[in-house]
Amino acid sequence: MRIVVNGASREIRAADLFSALEELGYGGAVVATALNDEFVPAAERQTARLAEGDRIEVLAPMQGG
Amino acid sequence: MLRFYETELRSRLLLGTARYPSPSILTEAVKASGTQAVTVSLRRESGGERAGQGFWSLIRDLGVQVLPNTAGCHSVKEAVTTAHMGREVFGTSWVKLEVIGDDETLQPDVFGLVEAARILCKEGFQVFPYTTEDLIVAERLLEAGCRVLMPWGSPIGSGRGLHNLFGLNVLRARFPEVPLVVDAGIGVPSHAAQALELGCDAVLINTAVSQARDPVAMAGAFAQAVAAGRAAYEAGPMEPRDLAVPSTPVIGKAFLG
Repeated sequence: MRIVVNGASREIRAADLFSALEELGYGGAVVATALNDEFVPAAERQTARLAEGDRIEVLAPMQGG
Repeated sequence: MLRFYETELRSRLLLGTARYPSPSILTEAVKASGTQAVTVSLRRESGGERAGQGFWSLIRDLGVQVLPNTAGCHSVKEAVTTAHMGREVFGTSWVKLEVIGDDETLQPDVFGLVEAARILCKEGFQVFPYTTEDLIVAERLLEAGCRVLMPWGSPIGSGRGLHNLFGLNVLRARFPEVPLVVDAGIGVPSHAAQALELGCDAVLINTAVSQARDPVAMAGAFAQAVAAGRAAYEAGPMEPRDLAVPSTPVIGKAFLG
């Protein structure tokens, strides 16, 4: 299915957020996630089902002021 | 000793981690500043990129507190969601809460700020609100559960120093027990010293250090300025006067024509 990852359209096979992160190359990375603008804690990624057109945000630590 | 919520810090200088020439200069600047707390942020990262992982590893090795920000957020919802994401990634309930209202000046949207602060305080966050020097907004933030206030000196990254000394003095006088951290606008160490001299508890510096020709040396200069400003505040500065008062005693002065 096609979903939007950090603003870019991507085709994925995974059906849940945890598997999608693995498929997209985030496996083991320290990231925070949101699905359709709602924060999804790491512990809930496996139960967060994905649907066509969903938007996910994957954020990593970054310099800040 | 400076106290933010239940955390005590010796250094009254908080340092931002953005816009340094290199990671190693950032590391050295943090050490030279003597800071015990640095601000960090979250940004999009593509799979396999891992730039954020390297940065986070560097910060963890420094052994300082981290203060995640919600920089760039323009709505309450965005700021609250970003705060949750930061709490999970950085493992701290501290959040430097920014809700930006104007893109040119980066002036906080204080209405959204108070609303977001109320939500986050109820959810157990320890909120450091980036605000203006407005007294009533400060009252509302304290009512919302904030136990620290971070009034701006002047717009973020402007280096213009403290624009409203009266406003900062009023905050100090009205909330003597609340830690005040001047955040934004400090350009040179004398600005930082001035903030501490008038009784602010700490300053948060980023651009003034990271964009200096020698960030490490500038970090050291700020550390000295902050220490001097605090020492001066504790020593009790004299009251300014409008007219001269001779410092040399006039009694016994000779009449020599």
